[in-house]
Amino acid sequence: MDKTEAAARRAAAVAAPGYVLDRREAVPKLIGRHEDFLFVGGLAGSARDLAQLTGDGPSAYLLGGVMGAACSMGLGLALARPDKRVLVLTGDGELLMNLGALATIAVMNPPNLAIVCVDNGHYGETGWQQSHTARGVDLERIAAGAGIKATRTIADASELEEGSRFIRQGNGTCFVLLRVAPTEPPAYKRNLDPASCRERFRAALLGNS
Amino acid sequence: MQAAATTAPDWPEQLYALLRQNGVTQFAYVPDAGHRVLIDKSLADPEVHSIPLTTEEEGVALVAGADLGGARGVLLMQSSGVGNCINFLSLVKGGRFPFLTLISMRGDFGEGNPWQFPMGQAVEPVLEAMGVICLRVERPEDVVPTVSAALTMVFKSGQAVAVLLTQKLIGAKAF
Repeated sequence: MDKTEAAARRAAAVAAPGYVLDRREAVPKLIGRHEDFLFVGGLAGSARDLAQLTGDGPSAYLLGGVMGAACSMGLGLALARPDKRVLVLTGDGELLMNLGALATIAVMNPPNLAIVCVDNGHYGETGWQQSHTARGVDLERIAAGAGIKATRTIADASELEEGSRFIRQGNGTCFVLLRVAPTEPPAYKRNLDPASCRERFRAALLGNS
Repeated sequence: MQAAATTAPDWPEQLYALLRQNGVTQFAYVPDAGHRVLIDKSLADPEVHSIPLTTEEEGVALVAGADLGGARGVLLMQSSGVGNCINFLSLVKGGRFPFLTLISMRGDFGEGNPWQFPMGQAVEPVLEAMGVICLRVERPEDVVPTVSAALTMVFKSGQAVAVLLTQKLIGAKAF
């Protein structure tokens, strides 16, 4: 990291009161036993969170582009596999790019789908510019307004254990806004080939069919 | 719907049956008159998911997610929606996801609304630039054979295919 980026990151941290959790601890604690889920991870930070958590395993399909696609991809997977719990891990920037997906998900309301938005209030990947959430946009209220009935915001470590139960409930799609400090996600070197990741995901889930 | 539909009025019904016979269980759509029968039939079918989208690119990601889970989806949209999908087609091309879309054309044969031409005329070059094979249908009797061919190309050969239901087939909207 060069000096400019380090300064931008420090400035980001100062500018984000209420964003205190460290994602490297909060995400694993919220998700808990990762074997309980199939994952779709949005690009950048959330993909790296999941790569670290699963050891870049076949149960996670992690995007490296197509910003805004994670929630819709998770919806298709959840509808296809009502026998499995599906968790979409996305970021505030990724989710902001396709808010309409929340409306579609609310209409379909698959009970086996959980969406967790890791909200650090910033575009970490592009130099720590503020996102809309750091300037007052509340993604939990948008999710609730879209019609997702089970929503909550978690900003304190004391809420993570209950949150872990919340994302495993089965009454309808649930949404968690996980507010974290603008700090680095895990530095995990993951497989960035989207086709081989598709093949390994399907092979693990479906066998060789 | 004009003259073309009267010569083979049941092609939309046959098309729905064909998609179901081929195991399609996720019908993602942005409402459109050209896809009315498919949308209504999917809504009435308890064995499929009929998914209304707010914008077409959601459907590209959705059917890729369906594929991860071993299910088959189709995206129903109008030609104007193609422009909304372009970046998400990176997922289809890079991930080699099977992808089937049925596109009702505007800005095409007999179009009376000038706003429809820029995107309508760009549909094929733009889709082809992203690796999607385009099959045009102009006659009612060609709909089922063409979609049948597309289903084979997509779900047996793993290709991305768009079937363009042209205005010669579905008629131009009157203005």
